[in-house]
Amino acid sequence: MPRIGVFVCQCGNNIAATVDTKKVAEEMGRLPGVVYTCDYKFMCSSPGQEMLKQAIKENNLDGVIVSACSPHMHEKTFRKASEAAGLNPYRCEITNIREQCSWVHHDRTKAVGTVKSMDLTRMTIQRLKKNRPLDKIRIPVRKRALVIGGGIAGIQAALDIAEGGREVILVEKEPSIGGNMARLSETFPTMDCSQCILTPKMVEAELNENIKLYTYSEVEKVDGYIGNFTVRIRRKSKYVDEERCTGCGECIEKCPFKVESRFELGLAKRKVIYTPFPQSVPNVPVIDAPNCPKIQKDRCGVCALVCGPKCIDFKMEDRIETVEVGAIVVATGYQLMPNARFGEYGYGRIKDVINGMQFERLASSSGPTGGEIRRPSDGKVPDSVVFIQCVGSRDEKKGVSYCSKVCCMYTAKHTMLYHHKVHGGKAYVFYMDIRCAGKRYEEFVRRAIEHDGAMYLRGRVSRVYERDGKVIVQGADTLSASQVEIEADMVVLATAIVSRDGADTLAQRLGIGYDRHRFYNEYHPKLKPVETVTAGIYLAGTCIGPMDIPESVAQGSAAASKVLALFSADEMSREPITALVNKATCNACWDCVTACPYSAIEKDAVKNRQGEIVRRLARVNDGVCQGCGVCVAACRSKSIDLKGYTDEQVFAAINAF
Amino acid sequence: MKLKLSQADIDGAEVQLIERVSGEEMKRCYQCGNCSGGCPVAYAMEVPPSQIMRFLQLGMVDEVMGANSMWVCVGCLQCSSRCPQGVSVASVLEGLRQITLRKGTDKTRVADIPARFLEKAPQQAIVCGFRKFVS
Repeated sequence: MPRIGVFVCQCGNNIAATVDTKKVAEEMGRLPGVVYTCDYKFMCSSPGQEMLKQAIKENNLDGVIVSACSPHMHEKTFRKASEAAGLNPYRCEITNIREQCSWVHHDRTKAVGTVKSMDLTRMTIQRLKKNRPLDKIRIPVRKRALVIGGGIAGIQAALDIAEGGREVILVEKEPSIGGNMARLSETFPTMDCSQCILTPKMVEAELNENIKLYTYSEVEKVDGYIGNFTVRIRRKSKYVDEERCTGCGECIEKCPFKVESRFELGLAKRKVIYTPFPQSVPNVPVIDAPNCPKIQKDRCGVCALVCGPKCIDFKMEDRIETVEVGAIVVATGYQLMPNARFGEYGYGRIKDVINGMQFERLASSSGPTGGEIRRPSDGKVPDSVVFIQCVGSRDEKKGVSYCSKVCCMYTAKHTMLYHHKVHGGKAYVFYMDIRCAGKRYEEFVRRAIEHDGAMYLRGRVSRVYERDGKVIVQGADTLSASQVEIEADMVVLATAIVSRDGADTLAQRLGIGYDRHRFYNEYHPKLKPVETVTAGIYLAGTCIGPMDIPESVAQGSAAASKVLALFSADEMSREPITALVNKATCNACWDCVTACPYSAIEKDAVKNRQGEIVRRLARVNDGVCQGCGVCVAACRSKSIDLKGYTDEQVFAAINAF
Repeated sequence: MKLKLSQADIDGAEVQLIERVSGEEMKRCYQCGNCSGGCPVAYAMEVPPSQIMRFLQLGMVDEVMGANSMWVCVGCLQCSSRCPQGVSVASVLEGLRQITLRKGTDKTRVADIPARFLEKAPQQAIVCGFRKFVS
């Protein structure tokens, strides 16, 4: 006969106001198998927990029921207390008589609430009788992390993890780490040079012994689960031996072919063998194979001739590397929305209409103009520049519904940079709202207006067209309720930040969620901002949504701290609520394999002593299984049960009702 | 001008009628000003299109009905095509015209339109004008 104890909580007056807890306790005491009952004001308080522990020991209880609030609140508390008293924690069950009973009844006579509490508790008693003791699952943790994306968020995460003494593999798609931040000229609100604060970090990442840089590489496949991921990485052929290259740059200098530079966003050309920018890390050039005549047609080959250490190999092929890691940080960043969608702004058609990132390159001292603001069409220094905000952002019809968050600030920065570099030049800004929430941000925008003389006009621009070598901007100033026409030399569009091409594919490979804009979903937008629903995979930076540099860096560090916490123990334990396949009845239809959203079910086989397969059956990987129960519903032969929620337990509870 | 706001004006029957006739929701407008910026005839309007929307949001129907804006509108639909929120301001102005015409005030007879104007005016304007004045 089981020896069950029932503890009914009054929760102050939360439960006691509409439930006669004393009566519930007394009635439950009459049921077979229940040897101890009581009611108490606050079961979750330390005296309450002490009482529970003592009752377990004194009455030699083998099962405990606490009829109190939702198990979300205190299941852990009471299971821990039971464990301390020597009981298997999964022999402790909660009946929710607060959210599901007292709070939804207003009957002060306590009649209804008491009856329902008794019904619910009785069901739990019958259910508890079928509970089997369960043990926490222990999983070994491989203490090496993978960071996808070598922008500022990824670099920060990698550096912090490495600093914590763990190995990191940093995978970057481009030939150099640095990401979008490497393109920026100055950063708001301090106006310090982006390269000057970024490159030391890049170099640090290269020199850190715990960090392995995989540049020009992409993640192809991710298998496994928290603590034990297997990742296949394609290391694209650079055609240059990374080990032997000294980075002298002779090959780049002598290469006779030029193509448009992606890093400079079409504002300049680069050689076919190239590093994206002078401070590239690693400082190893790559050959742009589709544009290289030697690789395509076996003509030229000058780079190999001039290369001192002879490290150029035109026959080099992509390598696939498989690495095993315990945690993954996704920091894939953002890109700008293609402006081709906005025909009325003339982007792509009018040469002097550029986007914000192109303006960054014009203002950057390492950019195509050496930091002089010159318009792309004829190289003239523009006398007036119109900045248009919210191009694509906050535009449900043609763009995206959200605000890109950083444009207000960088546009103010652009007007300042322009004013500093072109004295007497006039900057106009068309804005809808100025959103500058952040430390010293408001002051920054005021400085652009008051000190650097930027003319802010509240309204959108309707049309941009060319007339006599000028760019005519036609818009509105809603504050004066008038139309505005400006003859400008150059127009800068603050285009929307969007997720990277292929962000959805990567999310599917990793098994993490994304929203309709293909930004990755956090586990909880406020309380778990860098976790994902897949345990062991963390997020950082603008792959979650538009954000500025300080926020990206903070998230990189946050993700790193999560990884280090995970790596602090040799193994991790998780709840044993997982699916279990009945080996005797499974008939290998594999419906569960297709149904499982976590790919936790594997096709397994039973072999005889000769190693021949006798029969096939499904096997659940406890490390991956999240206990959702989809396989239980899908199984045709009723061969799968969810531990802690078995059919037997559920039926027992229903029958007791 | 001091504005006294009241629930009765903001959600008033007249605004609701305009919303029903035009099929547009006033609260969708977030006052970016794109419609006023692109309107080819805004210079001649007493109240530019974006302000029409604002007045209607505030329930200031008299200011809108009293202005010449709805009659100046040529119905080119520039405002509707540029609106990032997908509001057709042209439809709102058409709604205002319809409501005015249904009241039987401010009606023009076809015969009263000067022949010289008909010869000179662009086709678009005549089509639009006819829709406005005689429907």
